[in-house]
Amino acid sequence: MKKIALIIKREYFIRVKKKSFLLTTIGVPLFIIGFYAIIIAISLDESGGSDKNKIAVIDEAQLFSGKIENSNPSIVYSIIKNETESNYIKKYQKAGFDAFLFIPNDSIAKTKSIYNLHSSKSMNLPLMSSIEELINEAIKKKTLIANGINPEAFQKMIHPVELENTVDTETGQKKSFADVAYGVSFACGILIYMMMLIYGTQVMRGVTEEKTNRIAEVMVSSVKPFQMMMGKIIGIGAVGLTQFAVWIFLMFLMQMAIPFIFPDLMQQINNASTTSSENISMASNIMQGLSSLHLGKILFSFLFYFLGGYLTYASIFAAIGSVVSEDQQEAQQLVFPVMMPIILGFVIMTKAVNEPNSSLAVFGSIFPLTSPIVMMGRIAYDIPNWQIVVSMLCLICSFLFFTWIAGKIYRTGILLYGKKPSWKEMIKWAVKKS
Amino acid sequence: MDFLSLHHLKKYFADQKAVDDISFNIKSGSIFGLLGPNGAGKTTLIRMITGIFYPDHGHIDFNGQRFNPMIDSTKIGYMPEERGLYKKMKIGEQALYLAQLKGMSKSDAMESVKKWFVKFEMESWWNKKVEDLSKGMSQKLQFVITVLHNPQLIILDEPFSGLDPVNANLIKEEIFTLAKNGATIIFSTHRMEQVEEICDHIVLVNKGKKILDGTVHQVKQDFKENIYKLGANVIAEQLMTGLFEVVKYEPNQLLLKLPEYTTTNEVLSYFINHNVKINSFNEVLPSLNDIFIKIVEDTTATRKFESIQ
Repeated sequence: MKKIALIIKREYFIRVKKKSFLLTTIGVPLFIIGFYAIIIAISLDESGGSDKNKIAVIDEAQLFSGKIENSNPSIVYSIIKNETESNYIKKYQKAGFDAFLFIPNDSIAKTKSIYNLHSSKSMNLPLMSSIEELINEAIKKKTLIANGINPEAFQKMIHPVELENTVDTETGQKKSFADVAYGVSFACGILIYMMMLIYGTQVMRGVTEEKTNRIAEVMVSSVKPFQMMMGKIIGIGAVGLTQFAVWIFLMFLMQMAIPFIFPDLMQQINNASTTSSENISMASNIMQGLSSLHLGKILFSFLFYFLGGYLTYASIFAAIGSVVSEDQQEAQQLVFPVMMPIILGFVIMTKAVNEPNSSLAVFGSIFPLTSPIVMMGRIAYDIPNWQIVVSMLCLICSFLFFTWIAGKIYRTGILLYGKKPSWKEMIKWAVKKS
Repeated sequence: MDFLSLHHLKKYFADQKAVDDISFNIKSGSIFGLLGPNGAGKTTLIRMITGIFYPDHGHIDFNGQRFNPMIDSTKIGYMPEERGLYKKMKIGEQALYLAQLKGMSKSDAMESVKKWFVKFEMESWWNKKVEDLSKGMSQKLQFVITVLHNPQLIILDEPFSGLDPVNANLIKEEIFTLAKNGATIIFSTHRMEQVEEICDHIVLVNKGKKILDGTVHQVKQDFKENIYKLGANVIAEQLMTGLFEVVKYEPNQLLLKLPEYTTTNEVLSYFINHNVKINSFNEVLPSLNDIFIKIVEDTTATRKFESIQ
């Protein structure tokens, strides 16, 4: 045991101390967060003066009654009086407008009309739709008044409907937040998929390196090959867990730090919550949704399935690493069949997040070679406990089985140089008694 | 006392008998030469002695007791022919790590590493990486790592390849010192002149079988052909005798082969009676190189693959 601990320590520290580890662990999340921060900052930037569009409006129909209620900060409207469309085309640019909008006399009466926005350059889509909305609202208001309906009273009559799903369980009723569960499931599934691939191949490369460096022969004269293999697998797995821990910590830190870095942003959100009830309900929906999920259960399953899946696949990857020599192509050939269940798991996972209780999803989340990925795609939904238990037991068994088999292949492969053994030979090593 | 005894070891692989019923004993504190042509089964034999392989048949006694790889592997230092170290790891750390894997505590390991690094003038290497070292330097490092944990049994596979004469000598002296201090050394090589110089006892294996076993002196005696070198000016007529056969004739030197019934004294008195001035007379023993070639050529050196039931 002491020797395994030594090997784990070496495998762990040699990787954690590398610059590339620091870069991916701290750099990548910082980069992503920084990227989003910039996007948010840009989208919230109201005062981007040069980007303001000045639009002249010739309102023949008196649609706006001389006053435009504008909610889009990037557009400035000015109503121009005593001009005709054909005359003003020549003038609006000189007057400093980017575009001018002509509203003909008969617009209210028509059921459908095309309005013309004159501009020197082509106008962007959000701007166009913003203007469309403005006109629609104005027409609606005029029409309501013309029919003797108070627009404010009408606004109160129509309000949007929201559908909520309540799940009835033995312990009581609970709201279901399908969209939040979907997001969390998908994110977990992808993360497990990536981690299994990244760290699995790292194990493989590490083993091949030891073999081609011929350090393996020095090592096996002091430790058992199985200890060597497990030490490497556990050490690299610990690197993965460290990376998770740092990421979670960084995310937490960022959440705390954002108000200080972007005080404007918080103000924006506060403002938004007072003006728009829709935004606030969405934000609170996500918060409620997150709290409705069993975060503890998800985190535990995530760790369990990461470890279970990683340990199963890492031992297979270690066995492959032990039988190939420098030639990377040999490794590719052997890796391909191992990749297939991982990719299959990923595909089933993308289905399972939509239909968590379909029979394919249930099968995929119990079959141990796909379960780490697929189960993470289902875990955020309420699924029967027996499925989780069966799936976990299967995973533990498969981990023990594959480690045992891989250990036998590894033991022979690591000291064997020359030609790559065939699958048949490897199976022979695996079933051979020690 | 025998430190290591091999009893009827057998190891068969899928298509060849790598080691086929080999037994021999190695005395404590001796330097033992394990010789054999390429592919004779030396590496397989060594791997069984180091506990990397289990023999299919037979057993090994280690220091008077049945060999237990779990415990005894810490008492063995093995330097494989293909040198292997972590290329990207710092040398000091690496030496410490490998010593600890051999069961040393961290402080003991540190002490030992420092001692050896000073002895071999390697202190300045501590923070370097193996990939920065020349071939000879990494060879030296590999040797140090092999003996760091004061092993009772040291197995060296071609320890001098790639070393300049100065460093080769340094390591040779160290091997003698280690043996004098009680370590048993197995030395595997193709370089027969080194074997003659260093080893007390040799075993020659070929095609998985032991074909020679004895002390260097004994083996040479066994293979001697009664050839003597005479340093003298001899004229041709004086050689017309039935006492001996002339193998090689040079103006100042003769190689004579004596038949079994002739004694050296008879030869000497023959020349003295003929008034020949003798400068030197000594027996010529065959070199291990000659013996090696002779034996191995008798059996076909290249192994053929065969099927084994």
